[in-house]
Amino acid sequence: MSDVTTVVGFIPLLDCAPLAVAAEKGFAAEEGLDLRLVRETSWANIRDRVVVGHFDAAHMLGPMAIASTLGVGHLKVPMAAPLSLGLGGNAITVSLRVWDLMVSEGAALSASPRALGEALRNVVRARERANKQPFTFAMVYPFSAHNYELRYWLAASGIDPDRDVRLLVIPPPLLVDAMREGQIDGFCVGEPWNSVAVSVGVGCIVLPTTAVWPLSPEKVLGCRLEWTQRHPDRLQALVRSLFKAALWCQQPQNHLELARLLSEPRFVGAPAEILLRGLSNRLCLQRGGEAEHLPEFYVPAAQAATFPWVSHALWFYSQMVRWGQVAFDPEHVAQVRATYRPDLYRLALADTTDIPSADTKIDALFDGVHFDPDDLPAYLKLLSHS
Amino acid sequence: MPEARPKTEPSLRVLIVDQNVMRASILEEGLREAGYLNVTVLREMHNLMRRIVDIDPEVIVIDLENPNRDVLEQMFQVSRVVRRPIAMFVDRSDTDMIVAAVDAGVGSYVVDGLKKERVKAVLDMAITRFHAFNKLREELDNARQALDERKIVERAKGILMKQRGMSEEAAYALLRKAAMNENRRLSEVAQSVVTASSLFK
Repeated sequence: MSDVTTVVGFIPLLDCAPLAVAAEKGFAAEEGLDLRLVRETSWANIRDRVVVGHFDAAHMLGPMAIASTLGVGHLKVPMAAPLSLGLGGNAITVSLRVWDLMVSEGAALSASPRALGEALRNVVRARERANKQPFTFAMVYPFSAHNYELRYWLAASGIDPDRDVRLLVIPPPLLVDAMREGQIDGFCVGEPWNSVAVSVGVGCIVLPTTAVWPLSPEKVLGCRLEWTQRHPDRLQALVRSLFKAALWCQQPQNHLELARLLSEPRFVGAPAEILLRGLSNRLCLQRGGEAEHLPEFYVPAAQAATFPWVSHALWFYSQMVRWGQVAFDPEHVAQVRATYRPDLYRLALADTTDIPSADTKIDALFDGVHFDPDDLPAYLKLLSHS
Repeated sequence: MPEARPKTEPSLRVLIVDQNVMRASILEEGLREAGYLNVTVLREMHNLMRRIVDIDPEVIVIDLENPNRDVLEQMFQVSRVVRRPIAMFVDRSDTDMIVAAVDAGVGSYVVDGLKKERVKAVLDMAITRFHAFNKLREELDNARQALDERKIVERAKGILMKQRGMSEEAAYALLRKAAMNENRRLSEVAQSVVTASSLFK
């Protein structure tokens, strides 16, 4: 098998870790894979280069795989997500100026998402009354967990993400500069970029994903459906090697070595000390503050973190509908379900124990609204009233 | 360069978003020669959204190395930002064109509903010019590498001549012999000599 190179694209973010480890620590070679990683500069490139076959697979935003299958926003190319690249790892950061305003409305670090959201809403309303420009928040891509998490929190706090604030896309490595220059007032992004903003003194982490939705879905290994059908052996080898690499990433004794590896410019290119914060679940929420222990902030492998829950795909779809990216269509539901592939995951890991036997589960975010994956219209109705 | 001359389209508003000055100029020049007079080049990514709204382009050509592609894609989804809806790439059905574009390292976005033939010539031109630029860059890289290699061999020769009192020919012969024996490139052997000598300083 190793006479064919398997090319996988990635974006410099903490959760590319299993890919880096599979390539560098021999897990891919053990499975007979000649794995070549290619660092990319935009999510659009990840999508396009998977679509045209430059990449066999990629570190992909979960919602991006779904959008591609449905042909929303771009070409309709059916994707398959046979593995999840971990859970959590994101946070919402606001500029120090916004944080000061929130504090004057009674906000405190580590307060509940509700209390923090209320403080932000008061600040937003006060700006409205003063006829000031609305705040600008950034996220990394329209079809991303970051976009939906940020919108969910804003909406649950009584802030309309399309009317009360401006939302725009800025690539992760450019976010901190944009905040420093005052172009944006807040953002939602994966690590290490929240911790970078804190360490250079431009922002303050208000909400790690653990507060919004513990063990929330993030990226997947995304490939063209057609590729998975043509190369079942390579696909299985890839899933197995990433599964093992993710287990390695989960071990605390490996975190320092992993942080150093990811700090290399060919991977993430951020200081190892900063990368270590997300890996070890210890984030400094503001500069000079004590590191906060946030259990299960970023989970590469534990808690079935690599399992591609079909209910996660359905939640992403529900948010695409909620925010008007696509109109609800019962026919979409089958296509969304077919994008996440627990069957391929189980096939590749047949010798492994502790694999979930169900494909879906009931989830709830911080506001306690239950997400029933089998009844999306009812869920959307609940959200519109909450 | 064999380029099909399309009908001139002085009115079609084309925007080139490229931080590489040389590549942007190569494309701009090609388009102007072909009769596209309404071409704007954006090299500065600051205030991208405002600039695009002002220019109101019908076709946008962007290099794929540009992280601002993601910024563009979101702008097109937010209909109130741009006056007219913009579609991804030239035509969703034209897969060959998309493959050719991505291969060349160029992406393009067009106003939805714009006739395919009006856009195709622009994208063809972009693909051709991007390839030409890639070739140029490759040649430059090769030339630079050859120059660097020659320089390192000269330095290694100098070190051997000085430290072992050799003639220039003998120093060169010694390097060549070592390269042949070790099955390495001459420049690699020369580099080891230079590195080793710097350690003994």
